[in-house]
Amino acid sequence: MKLWGEFLKGIVKENPIFGLVLGMCPALAVTNSVTNAVGMGAAVIFVLTCSNIIIAAFRKFFPAEIRIPCYIIVVSTFVTIVQKVMQAYTPDLDEALGIFIPLIVVNCIILGRAEAFAGKSPVMASAADGLGMGIGYSLGLVWVSTYREIFGSWRLFGKPITAGGFDPAVILIMAPGAFLVLGLSIGFFAWLGSRRKERAARASAELALAEEPAFGPVLVEHFKKEKAAAGESPAAGETKG
Amino acid sequence: MDYLRLFFGVIFVTNFVLAQFLGLCPFLGVSRKQSSAMGMGVAVIFVMTLASVVCHLLLRHVLTPLGLEGFLQVSVFILVIAALVQFVEMVIKKSSPGLYMALGIYLPLITTNCAVLGVAALNSANGFADPKQFGAIDGLLRATVQGAGGGVGFMLGMYLMSSIREDMEGAPYPPSLKGFPIAFVITASMALAFLGFSGML
Repeated sequence: MKLWGEFLKGIVKENPIFGLVLGMCPALAVTNSVTNAVGMGAAVIFVLTCSNIIIAAFRKFFPAEIRIPCYIIVVSTFVTIVQKVMQAYTPDLDEALGIFIPLIVVNCIILGRAEAFAGKSPVMASAADGLGMGIGYSLGLVWVSTYREIFGSWRLFGKPITAGGFDPAVILIMAPGAFLVLGLSIGFFAWLGSRRKERAARASAELALAEEPAFGPVLVEHFKKEKAAAGESPAAGETKG
Repeated sequence: MDYLRLFFGVIFVTNFVLAQFLGLCPFLGVSRKQSSAMGMGVAVIFVMTLASVVCHLLLRHVLTPLGLEGFLQVSVFILVIAALVQFVEMVIKKSSPGLYMALGIYLPLITTNCAVLGVAALNSANGFADPKQFGAIDGLLRATVQGAGGGVGFMLGMYLMSSIREDMEGAPYPPSLKGFPIAFVITASMALAFLGFSGML
């Protein structure tokens, strides 16, 4: 049950792209087509799960001072495996993803999970965390690339989806479109999240008022304080390396 | 002439941040204030040029003759960069405390800046280390120019971005866009502007 929770949190609550905002470079570079996004997602799932398992298994042996270089070596080993397999079996995908395959090594999401989770958790939980985070990351890539490919070229998985006659918004396939779609998507999910939170807060307040009228004024005070605290807190999204 | 073309091309046309999507974490994370953006920019130019040269030399004169360039490239590059950053940090700390105070906090962040590993991987993908395509001196110069130009392009992007973000402080926009989303939208318009350079070369 706990494992299931570790798995699910990476997909929705702490989605690497829309929640944690980690691993942005490939999320922009490879999302010009859904095929590339799926390939990159598969590579990240493999690397993240395997490196999480190995790092969690050997976490007691890594000296604290040089743990980051140790993590990097583990990750780069799996990245080399992915690179070699892709060159051998899917050369087109390897060509399309280019230098972003070796760059998985410095993808913040992988080192971030190693440092934040796998370095201090048991093997099974780390595996679930890696798998969930990887799938969440892939879903994010697919979300962004679907918009970019459909509206930027009127294609999906490389196949035309209209009979022609419409001009696609080519800018979405190019660099500016990547920034725009990703930025607005993160904003959209932030808006959804804030709406859900507001609704939940209102519902619980109403429930509490109905059940315990005496607590009404106390609750009002509490929400005022909470609102003030929320207003003072800095903008979401500090640097994460 | 070729080197000049490569240098300005990598600054304006194939800008590392705005056209190749490399090094976005520091680009978005450290671009709130102009002063910190400049500090990060200088540190990145420094490390990128050094990393580009060292990785090129290792790839050309050690890994390729041994036939290991396919298997060990990634691991060697990232280790070299991590060691280099650590080394640079120690040297600066000893030699000029003033510069260390200015750059110190940004240096460890650079290890995981994908622009640094990116320029090493790009040099390798362009074949600069391949004896069949480029001479020893020619390849080294190209790698150096690409590293330095990439760093300068990164700093240019950081500087413009931090200037815009400082001006955006009081601007009204939807609260959901606060933080990363609005930064991405600004970057989108900057990338659009930089597309205008694409006919330059």
